[in-house]
Amino acid sequence: MEQGLLRVDSLNVEYRTGKRNLHAVEDVTFAVEKAETLGIVGESGSGKSTLGLSLIGLVPYPGKITSGTVFLKDKEILKLKKNELRNLRGTEICYVFQDPMTSLNPVKKIGAHFVEVIRTHEPKTTSNDALERAKKLLKDVGIQPERVNDYPHQLSGGMRQRVMIALAIALNPSIVVADEPTTALDVIVQEKILDLLNRLRDTYGMALILITHDLSIVLQRSDNIMVMYAGQMVEYAASEDIYLKPKHPYTQGLLKSIPNIELVDQKLEAIRGSPPDLLTMPAGCRFWPRCQFAFDKCRRQEVPLFNTNKGHMVRCFLLEGNEGK
Amino acid sequence: MTQTKIRRSILSQLIPGITSLAKRGLAGWLVLIGAILTLSIIVLTVVSPWVSPYNPSAINVGHPLLPPTSQYLFGTDDLGRDMFSRVISGGGIMLQVSILSVIVCFIIGVPLGLFSSHTGGVVDKFFNLIMDSVYAFPGLILAIALALVLGRGVINLALSIAVIYIPSYFRVIRSQVLSIKEMPYVEAANAAGAKRRTILARYILPNTIPSIVVVATVNFADAILTAAGLTFIGMGVNATVPDWGWDLSNGRQLLLSGNWWVIAFPGLMIILLALGFTLMGEGLSELLNPRLEQSGE
Repeated sequence: MEQGLLRVDSLNVEYRTGKRNLHAVEDVTFAVEKAETLGIVGESGSGKSTLGLSLIGLVPYPGKITSGTVFLKDKEILKLKKNELRNLRGTEICYVFQDPMTSLNPVKKIGAHFVEVIRTHEPKTTSNDALERAKKLLKDVGIQPERVNDYPHQLSGGMRQRVMIALAIALNPSIVVADEPTTALDVIVQEKILDLLNRLRDTYGMALILITHDLSIVLQRSDNIMVMYAGQMVEYAASEDIYLKPKHPYTQGLLKSIPNIELVDQKLEAIRGSPPDLLTMPAGCRFWPRCQFAFDKCRRQEVPLFNTNKGHMVRCFLLEGNEGK
Repeated sequence: MTQTKIRRSILSQLIPGITSLAKRGLAGWLVLIGAILTLSIIVLTVVSPWVSPYNPSAINVGHPLLPPTSQYLFGTDDLGRDMFSRVISGGGIMLQVSILSVIVCFIIGVPLGLFSSHTGGVVDKFFNLIMDSVYAFPGLILAIALALVLGRGVINLALSIAVIYIPSYFRVIRSQVLSIKEMPYVEAANAAGAKRRTILARYILPNTIPSIVVVATVNFADAILTAAGLTFIGMGVNATVPDWGWDLSNGRQLLLSGNWWVIAFPGLMIILLALGFTLMGEGLSELLNPRLEQSGE
């Protein structure tokens, strides 16, 4: 993967807890093109949020990026100095956080949030100009421009998430990372927010990384999907390939657990068991204790990524020997 | 014309403020009563040079130790000084000292708490150790020792009182910052590329203000009592300046012979002033505490 707007190469993130290290993100490699939507799917604790945060160099303590590279355009993010990285955040790469209820400063008006973000990165802009831009941005995300004079508590959860998104696109970044942007919202608002994100992606031509635990959300909206399990990327493919030809047993299990209104007598299947504790990881394949296809080799040997066809990558021995097909 | 206009606009702002306070229930009333109490004592002290019937320091304005009469409202002390004049002008030192000490506490305690707690690690441990060791001393005794070293005078008194109260500010700020710095909006500001200075000044500090206000008002009452204690044992300023604390210690000897008025009125003033600040602090802490507001009413 030589080209691409954002290139992540064998990234490893560890949390150092006492004597033992917890491997939260293990050897993840992927690239995002301009105006592409990448969906990252995984259960709680699969390392998807840690991966997202490491893209902007904000892995929370005691986490540490132990190896790997992250290139944004031609800059290597992990090697930038503190203030260079700070300049990059907000202007080039933006983050939309999970919880809209607490992601806005309760003592500042909505407009002041915009003024600050804009003026931090463009000190020459006057407050009034910044406020005008804020109004336009709010309009873009479907909020009345007069709301700049409101405090966060005067807005609903959905509106606050829209404000967060408007703030993220304020400086026209080339990539937006949305970490579970709809978890705290109900399904109807969720739909609207996701549509909004996609619409903005089209108008502003930015790339979008959508981190979620809900595969059904990203199936329709992403170009590519990456499935994570216990810190590893287990499958990476175009959305329709994931939907029509899922190859990893875990992805297959996820798909079977999505209800489908057309199949009346469909039986919803759950994946047995729960994800492993990252401190007591099973040997060999991470998924074998829950996998119905597991055989002897899975229990003994680490599974490499198999590149099956056109970049459809799967971390499963079932695909061994099927590479290129 | 303009003056009446200004007066009217101030009134029109003040009256809804007062009524809305009164509507907030008991806490609102506490704040209101406390504010009226403290403000009236402060105003009385400020205007005392013009309204006091006699020079508060002049001796032999009447016979010594006269009980309260219509001529000498609060009686006279052993040197024939008018107690009423002394009472209304005697708060000056105490107010100056306590206001100054609260300001000093504020200027040192708040930024130190912000910095220490946001930096964390060894720096935080170091400052915490210092603050805890100051806190471990009995307050008044430490203040006496400091006042002895520093000497008399308003500024020295204020400094020695400030030292014993800085840890309370530091601790409150520190604990607030510890929880606020983990809030998503601080993380979001970080992710948007805000500088550390910006995050401290615009995100963390404004969110700690409610608790700082509460500490400051409660602290005021404490500072007044400590200042009274210091002047009572003669650590105050020059004896020619009227002062409640001095009058208290003077009246203590006279009380045994039945001259209660020399000690009663200055003591009452100290109590009222401290009570006013305490009421205000208690009320404010209830009004500004979002957790109480959510659960109750």
